[in-house]
Amino acid sequence: MFAYIVRRVLYAIPILIGVNIITFALFFVVNKPDDMARMHLGMKHVQQEDVEKWKRAHGYDKPLFYNSEPEEGGVFTDTIFYNKSVRLFAFDFGNADDGRNITHDITQRMWPSLAIAIPVFIVGLFVNITFALIIAFFRATYVDYMGVVICVVLMSISTLFYIIGGQYLISKLLHLVPISGYSVDLETASKFLILPVIIGVIGGIGSGTRWYRTIFLEEINKDYVRTARSKGLAERVVLFRHVLKNALVPILTGVVAVIPLLFMGSLILESFFGIPGLGSYTIDAIQSQDFAIVRAMVFLGSVLYIIGLILTDISYTIVDPRIRLGAAVA
Amino acid sequence: MTSSKPYLILFATVLAVFSGAVGLAEALQIKFVPLWTDILVYVLVIAIAWFGIQARQKEHLRAPWRHVLQRPLAMSALVVLMCYVVIGLLDSVHFREALQQEEGQTELHYSGEVVSVFDKLVTPLRMQQEKTYSAPFAAHLYAKETIETPEGQVRDYPRLTYGGRHLKNPEEDFWPNIVMGTALSLVFSLVFWLAVCSLINWRVAKHYSKPFGAMMGEIATGKTRVPFRSMLLTFWVICFLAAFVIMFADKYHILGTDKVGNDVLYFSLKSIRTGLVIGTLTTLIMLPFAVMLGIMAGHFRGWVDDVIQYLYTTLNSIPGVLLIAAAILSLQVYMANNPEMFETVTERADLRLLFLCMILGITSWTGLCRLLRGETFKVSQLDYIEAAHAFGTGHFKTMMRHILPNVMHIVLIAVVLDFSGLVLAEAVLSYVGVGVDPITISWGNMINSARLEMARDPVVWWSLIAAFVFMFTLVLAANLFSDAVRDAFDPRITRAK
Repeated sequence: MFAYIVRRVLYAIPILIGVNIITFALFFVVNKPDDMARMHLGMKHVQQEDVEKWKRAHGYDKPLFYNSEPEEGGVFTDTIFYNKSVRLFAFDFGNADDGRNITHDITQRMWPSLAIAIPVFIVGLFVNITFALIIAFFRATYVDYMGVVICVVLMSISTLFYIIGGQYLISKLLHLVPISGYSVDLETASKFLILPVIIGVIGGIGSGTRWYRTIFLEEINKDYVRTARSKGLAERVVLFRHVLKNALVPILTGVVAVIPLLFMGSLILESFFGIPGLGSYTIDAIQSQDFAIVRAMVFLGSVLYIIGLILTDISYTIVDPRIRLGAAVA
Repeated sequence: MTSSKPYLILFATVLAVFSGAVGLAEALQIKFVPLWTDILVYVLVIAIAWFGIQARQKEHLRAPWRHVLQRPLAMSALVVLMCYVVIGLLDSVHFREALQQEEGQTELHYSGEVVSVFDKLVTPLRMQQEKTYSAPFAAHLYAKETIETPEGQVRDYPRLTYGGRHLKNPEEDFWPNIVMGTALSLVFSLVFWLAVCSLINWRVAKHYSKPFGAMMGEIATGKTRVPFRSMLLTFWVICFLAAFVIMFADKYHILGTDKVGNDVLYFSLKSIRTGLVIGTLTTLIMLPFAVMLGIMAGHFRGWVDDVIQYLYTTLNSIPGVLLIAAAILSLQVYMANNPEMFETVTERADLRLLFLCMILGITSWTGLCRLLRGETFKVSQLDYIEAAHAFGTGHFKTMMRHILPNVMHIVLIAVVLDFSGLVLAEAVLSYVGVGVDPITISWGNMINSARLEMARDPVVWWSLIAAFVFMFTLVLAANLFSDAVRDAFDPRITRAK
């Protein structure tokens, strides 16, 4: 087990290097630091010295890969590639354009993100599985048909509509909760959080329910279910004791992969509800074209994704002892 | 039975349309501006026609399509989709008109404005611009202004320049006018619809060699195998809406106007093309890579498989929105530094749209690639692949002739399922600021610019609702149709039943 985990972690390294090269290419090779500086300073009538000053202030005044005139003996370390890309591996993200430390910002903004993402995730999972079970119980009847059609309708509505409509209805017309905002104090924060959480859950019902329904239906057609029925067990017992338990294997493993990404927050929910999490951090960075933050978030996202992959593999062995890790790799 | 005749007809049609367009350009003094996305859209149309001919000639492809054809909901959805597609295609032929020639001028000069065939068809919608917001069917502006009257200055809602200008007294004349127009459009649409119905009935009756009346009875009671009744009813709803729009479009702003006075209906209709382009071209661009790499990984295994797996795990691990944002930001910088590359603004916006499709394709090919790899693993264990090897068939030929046709159903399912997600993604990306160009008309841009209008008093709801309704209709129709396609082509589901 331990050896397997070590191997998986080692396998992650080339992937992260690949991610780094892609982002580096996008940000520094396609566009030279000079172009970026011009973009930030306003396109026209920019003096070359201003460009130089901007580059120096943000650490872009070095050569890309190889420094032929090193100041303190760093042929490879005194370059943009080393400073901006390699350092990410040590989770040293450097400073944003406004001079704030990105690592510090991320650790601060992580908590509001989790305050939304975790309730949405748990409540959503519970709601979706419940609905899917109900639909599976009434499979091949009118209830099933209508349920699926409703799911498709819910899926076809844009998330933006749920958010804008929800804000308008609940906050502006009914004045039940404030439109947007956040507070460190948990009791006041809950007032701000309840609407985004509900909207997040509703937005996921359509696709979630439909997905779990197919998992349940696949499970229902298996032999052990027929055996259980032929023993004379009631359909209710078959569904909840046998099918639910076995269907949890694909559900759990699917869920585990997503857990690490909860840290990234939800882009749109956070920015609409003014919650100072990582999602709105990312959007702000994109809109103010702060490339340092975007690079940091890309790296963080990839790390979390890979952690999710490793956790999935491990969770397989825990819930299903038939799977051996050595075999899974080959 | 296979014959090459349909292919020849297809080829001749393409040739005729192309040469006809060249002749038309000469006659009407216009200059076609083939945007990149236009070209790709029409390539896609030809490709679909080609696949359609193939599917008709091979029984194993016809059988699943027959299943799709028998689903009432899916076929109604298809009628709606076709309606969107027609508007999208009309909106994908762009040209510049010649300017008025002055005396002694020999050379033609073309207007800098690029318009499409669709723009020309709906000229009143495009040209009738008001000052600012006005509600649907309003005769007055949304905001009060100081108006000069014979009795002096009054602060009131001024009349619109175009909306309801034929009404002498809007308060009294409005309802009779609307009722009259609705009744007329009802009549016109019914007449047109009945004509289409009897035409279709005649054709179907001929096909089944049944008498005209008996066929009509079967369609009316819904007993035909292909659900003509549902399709025709859906078609009637569309006919009525079209008649209604034609009746009122030059007299009112049916869906109101936006902040700068543009007609919201016009914007909603123009957005159709953007939505369709993103939904289809993205898949078209990523398809060759996904199919080739997926099949190669499954066929060759070993180090080829490792490399391809590494490639898609890496791309997959970058959060999609961030990769798109990074690419679009880079593109923005690049375009800002190279303004000389583009002759018109439209061409620049179009290139950004195409680039967005590409980058969306890069983020979305990995799923299909993984599926294909798994399926190829399974297929290549079968005897006929071994037989192909034994006969000395080359790798390339084995993959193209023996593996690809047997994994094609996965490709088809992925293509139709991806479409609706991509249309929805456009709105979100435009909100984040990394979607289509701000000057491209799209539902995402409409929502983005309208989202603060909900805070106004009285609420400006029309452009938001219009964008959502148009987008919802397209996505819902696509979802319903793609469900039927998946059910018909996925062998796993057929077995489960």
